[in-house]
Amino acid sequence: MIGADLVRVHAGARARTPDPIAEVGLAMNIVVLVKQVPDSGSERKLDPADNTVARASADNVINEMDEYAIEEALTIAEAQGGEVTVLTVGPDGATDAIRKALSMGAAKAVHVSDEAIHGSDASQISAVLAAALQQMEYDLIVCGAEATDSQMSVMPALLSERLGIPQLSGARKVTIEGGTAKVERQTDGGYWALEAPLPAIVSTWDTINEPRYPSFKGIMAAKKKPVETKSLADLGVDASAVGLANASTQVLDFAGRPPKGEGVKVTDEGDGAQKFVDFLASQKIV
Amino acid sequence: MAEVLVLAELNPAGGGVRKTTLEALTAARALGEPSAVVLGAPGTAAGVRDQLAEYGAATVYVAESADIDDYLVAPKAEVLAQLVGEKSPAAVVIPSSPEGKEIAARLAVKTGSGFLTDVTEIAADGTATQVAFAGQTIVHSKVTSGTPIFTLRGNSVTPEAAPAAGAEQSVSVSVSDAAKQVRVVERVVEQKSNRPELTEASIVVSGGRGVASAENFSIIEGLADSLGAAVGASRAAVDSGFYPHSFQVGQTGKTVSPQLYVAVGISGAIQHRAGMQTSKTIVAINKDPEAPIFELADFGVIGDLNTVVPAATEQINARK
Ligand SMILES: Cc1cc2nc3c(=O)[nH]c(=O)nc-3n(C[C@H](O)[C@H](O)[C@H](O)COP(=O)(O)OP(=O)(O)OC[C@H]3O[C@@H](n4cnc5c(N)ncnc54)[C@H](O)[C@@H]3O)c2cc1C
Ligand SMILES: Nc1ncnc2c1ncn2[C@@H]1O[C@H](COP(=O)(O)O)[C@@H](O)[C@H]1O
Repeated sequence: MIGADLVRVHAGARARTPDPIAEVGLAMNIVVLVKQVPDSGSERKLDPADNTVARASADNVINEMDEYAIEEALTIAEAQGGEVTVLTVGPDGATDAIRKALSMGAAKAVHVSDEAIHGSDASQISAVLAAALQQMEYDLIVCGAEATDSQMSVMPALLSERLGIPQLSGARKVTIEGGTAKVERQTDGGYWALEAPLPAIVSTWDTINEPRYPSFKGIMAAKKKPVETKSLADLGVDASAVGLANASTQVLDFAGRPPKGEGVKVTDEGDGAQKFVDFLASQKIV
Repeated sequence: MAEVLVLAELNPAGGGVRKTTLEALTAARALGEPSAVVLGAPGTAAGVRDQLAEYGAATVYVAESADIDDYLVAPKAEVLAQLVGEKSPAAVVIPSSPEGKEIAARLAVKTGSGFLTDVTEIAADGTATQVAFAGQTIVHSKVTSGTPIFTLRGNSVTPEAAPAAGAEQSVSVSVSDAAKQVRVVERVVEQKSNRPELTEASIVVSGGRGVASAENFSIIEGLADSLGAAVGASRAAVDSGFYPHSFQVGQTGKTVSPQLYVAVGISGAIQHRAGMQTSKTIVAINKDPEAPIFELADFGVIGDLNTVVPAATEQINARK
């Protein structure tokens, strides 16, 4: 891991015309966390066999919010010099999400895949991600503000706690200045200005940028970029720390939401407003 | 009776506790006797103790320190972990705001516990109800190790008063350097509104692409104000620049669960439904009789929002 001092030296040199050779060794190492999720636009299910997300049968895509994280990581690396590495924990099929990130411009990827991880909860996944990150070099970790399957928005907090690095979550704007990360954390009706030393973890909302589309060249190049696959053993994580059987939370059962009774539908013929207000009155709302 | 710690979420400076706190106190009573925890800058607890007592807090733990306010999330998780260590509560209940979920996550790692976010109900045996996948699936889940930590989704539980002692007990704080890494330099409010908070409001009126322009959103605001409602917007309306992003309802915006949700000029895409499907009563106003939003609606008006909504607003105002 590059220390904050070194990063400050690098950032001080930012104003120079970038010299690719001189930059080597000083550049920012950015890791972007990418998750593959079932497409939120198609039907998503839990698997009745073990109450976990049915991923095998789903129409899987890269978590939409993570595209903003990739874009932000690439933008920072382009401005400061540096390299973006993708990290994902997920089944073998998650390589599709990795390729998408590589085709946008990330340089390489680490894919943690192990049967024993199936059914892990957020806390366990954070332990696996933390173990993988400990084997990587990073000045900055960027992830999405929320995964569309879990909708938990907790990964930066979990990783911050496990790695002992600052958490700057929910960003609508990120600035790296010297060894410091500055973030505008989006709030209801405004933002909080946050500041912390690097290395740090940042999560990004979709208000932060416009993710680029992979170019044809990018897509072709992605096929040749290195993807390192790691097992739990490679990470030194004991299988008894992860997986459904060892999770600290458990889904007991699930059911489809009961269908709503048929509602009333009226066509406005000059009386639509009246009928709407009558309905509100019948519900004792007005 | 077992003690249950409830983290109080407060309105800014002197605004009392948020409704979500009263909901959390109410939900916590299923598990035992709630104690409220107030964390913040010096002076935070003054003026909220009575409200916490009224809603069932037997004890009000107060930890006040500038450090809690000056740094993001981590100090609160640290103090809460200290309290969990000292009190061995049966569970911890936290309102499900972005900060609340992050505190829960950190507390879970610190105490080796499981945590469940966005729960809508907690049963006496600790079984929690959660709504998954855009409201399509109802899940029952349980924490199986450590001290169960729950974050409670707003508007899922109706706050009920249950007066208790509310004995104030101050907690000494010394926030570690490790928890003081992320400084909150400034809290900026860009939009001041007299309308209720979107996630807390009991009525939400949302406009979509059908509203057609930013100026025309005054129609939505007019209906909202006649009902004392919050204003929401679909992503298409936000992307088109009709209304600010912080009002977006849906998968990548806010999740709301009001008594009444009025969708105006919104088609009802699955990602929009994700944020409003659990609303108690849903009304849709749309000129397209085939719009999928009607599948959810308890009451639908097929018509032009430009005529129906202003007329309805006028009638509602006339009834007052
Ligand atoms: C990953 C992902 C995440 C997303 N997250 C969200 C999210 O958080 N929130 C969200 O809302 N969307 C989200 N979306 C977008 C979503 O798929 C829809 O595109 C969006 O909700 C559509 O908004 P709309 O209903 O306002 O627009 P449209 O679908 O264009 O519908 C406009 C409606 O207005 C009606 N209308 C037009 N003129 C009038 C009139 N004069 N009177 C009455 N009715 C009229 C039309 O009949 C139509 O039904 C997401 C999409 C993706 C892929
Ligand atoms: N299995 C995973 N592998 C890599 N990144 C993940 C994984 N799970 C979550 N993340 C990251 O954490 C973010 C927030 O997820 P969540 O806290 O589950 O809502 C996502 O947008 C991803 O960037």
